[in-house]
Amino acid sequence: MPRVLFTPHLQRHLACPPQDVDAGTVREALEKVFAASEPLRGYVVDERFRLRRHVVIFVNNRPITDREGLTDAVGPTSEIYVLQALSGG
Amino acid sequence: MSNRLLVSTRKGLFTLAPASGNDWKVDNVDFLGDPLNLAMRDPRDGALYAVLNLGHFGTKLRRSDDDGATWTELSVPEFPEGCTLFANGFAAPHDARSKERPAVLMEIWSLEAGGADQPGVLWAGTIPGGLFRSNDRGASWTLVRSLWDRPERAKWFGGGKDEAGIHSICVDPRDTQHVSVAISCGGAWTTRDGGASWTNVSQGMRAAYMPPEMAFDLDAQDPHRMVQCPASPDHYWVQHHNGIFRTSNDCTRWEECENVQPAGFGFAVAVHPADPKTAWFVPGVKDEKRYPVDSKLIVTRTRDGGQTFESLSQGLPQDHAYDVVFRHALAVDETGSRLAFGSTTGGFWTTADGGESWTQLPARLPPVYAVCFA
Repeated sequence: MPRVLFTPHLQRHLACPPQDVDAGTVREALEKVFAASEPLRGYVVDERFRLRRHVVIFVNNRPITDREGLTDAVGPTSEIYVLQALSGG
Repeated sequence: MSNRLLVSTRKGLFTLAPASGNDWKVDNVDFLGDPLNLAMRDPRDGALYAVLNLGHFGTKLRRSDDDGATWTELSVPEFPEGCTLFANGFAAPHDARSKERPAVLMEIWSLEAGGADQPGVLWAGTIPGGLFRSNDRGASWTLVRSLWDRPERAKWFGGGKDEAGIHSICVDPRDTQHVSVAISCGGAWTTRDGGASWTNVSQGMRAAYMPPEMAFDLDAQDPHRMVQCPASPDHYWVQHHNGIFRTSNDCTRWEECENVQPAGFGFAVAVHPADPKTAWFVPGVKDEKRYPVDSKLIVTRTRDGGQTFESLSQGLPQDHAYDVVFRHALAVDETGSRLAFGSTTGGFWTTADGGESWTQLPARLPPVYAVCFA
C-alpha cells in the first residue's frame, strides 16, 4: 500500500505518524488519513480540499501536479511526502 | 482589576504580569515561534482563546480552560460549499482575484465573546469578510449568511490584505442581539436581531482614496478599528483610514474629527470604559508611509469627544522611532487608567495614569499584533 509521511514541522502540532493506506490517488490517500484524524485535514488542505498554498506533496520524489484536485496517481509502493513549502516562511 | 496582559506576536503569545511599581514583566510564553493574530479571555467563564496563523498550515484556534497551562485545539470557521468571492475589479486579468472563486478561510481577524446572557456564544470575524457564530465555545462555527449574502459585499475590497476582512465586533452590553462589526474595506454594519438582518451604518464616514463622488459610499469605507464605550454604548469611535470618526447616536451618523494633530492616520483606538468622550490613538504619517510623525512615537488622547487632542509622549521614544501600532495592539483596562500597546518593531509600553507617562517593557518582543488585558 502507499505510505503517507508528514514533515516533522507538522508533527510539532499534532500526531501524524507514517500511515499505509489503500489508495489510487493522493486525494484518496489523504481522505483515509483524515478519516482517522480529522483535525489533521485543516493543516494540509483548505475547506475545498485543495492543497494549502504553502504545503507541498511529493510522490516518489516528484511534486504533485494537481494541487486543486489531488488526482495524482499513487501505486502500491508509492511514498507520499507531505511537507512545508519554503514559500510559507 | 485585570492583572495580566496577553500580547500576541509574530513569534508567540506573551503573558505579562505586574512587576514592581507600575512595571510589567514577561511571565510566560506560549506557542513560541508561531505567529498569533490575537488572544482573548472570555469574561464569562475565564477561558483563554488564542488564534494562531501558521504560515504553512493555516489558521488555528485553541482554548485553555486552565489559565494557559494546557491548550485544546478547536474547530475554525470554514466557508460552506458554494460560498464564493466576487471577481475583484481592481485585479489584473492574470491575477486569480479577477475571477469569481471559492471562499476559504484565510485568517481569523477578530474574536469576541457573546453577551453575559449568551453562555458559550462566540463571534469571529474573518478574512475574507465572513462573520461566524459559535454556540459551543468554538467547537463548531456557522457562517452568518445574512451578512455574507448581502449584495453589497460585491463592493467590499481588501485594505492592506488581499481580501476584505472583519476586524472589529462590538456586542451591545444592553442588548446582546445588537451586534456591530467593522470591515476593511466595507464600512460598519449592525444587526439588532442577533444577526438575522444587517444594515450598513457608515453614514458620515469619508473615503478620500475613492473618486470624489464616491467618497461617502457606505461600502467603500475603511474603518481600521471600531470600539464601543461599555458604559455609554451609543458612543463608538473609529480610527478610519482617513481619520478619526465618532458617533454618539448609536451609529446613526458619524462625525469626523477635524484638524487632528500631528496626524489623523493610524490603526488603533481605545475608548475609556466609563467616559465616552475619552479615547486614545497612536498616529502615523498617512497613508502609505506609516511611521510616527517626525519619527517621534506619541499617543494622542481626546477628553472632550474629539474637539481637541493631546499629544502624550512622556516615556515614549522621541528620536528615530519607527514603531507602528496595529489595530488590535492598543488596549485599555476596565478602570480606564491603565493602557498598553505594542508595536511592529517589538516595543511595548504601559501606563497607569491614562497615558500621562509611559513605561517601556524591558524586553525586545517580536512584532506585536494584538494586546488585551485579561
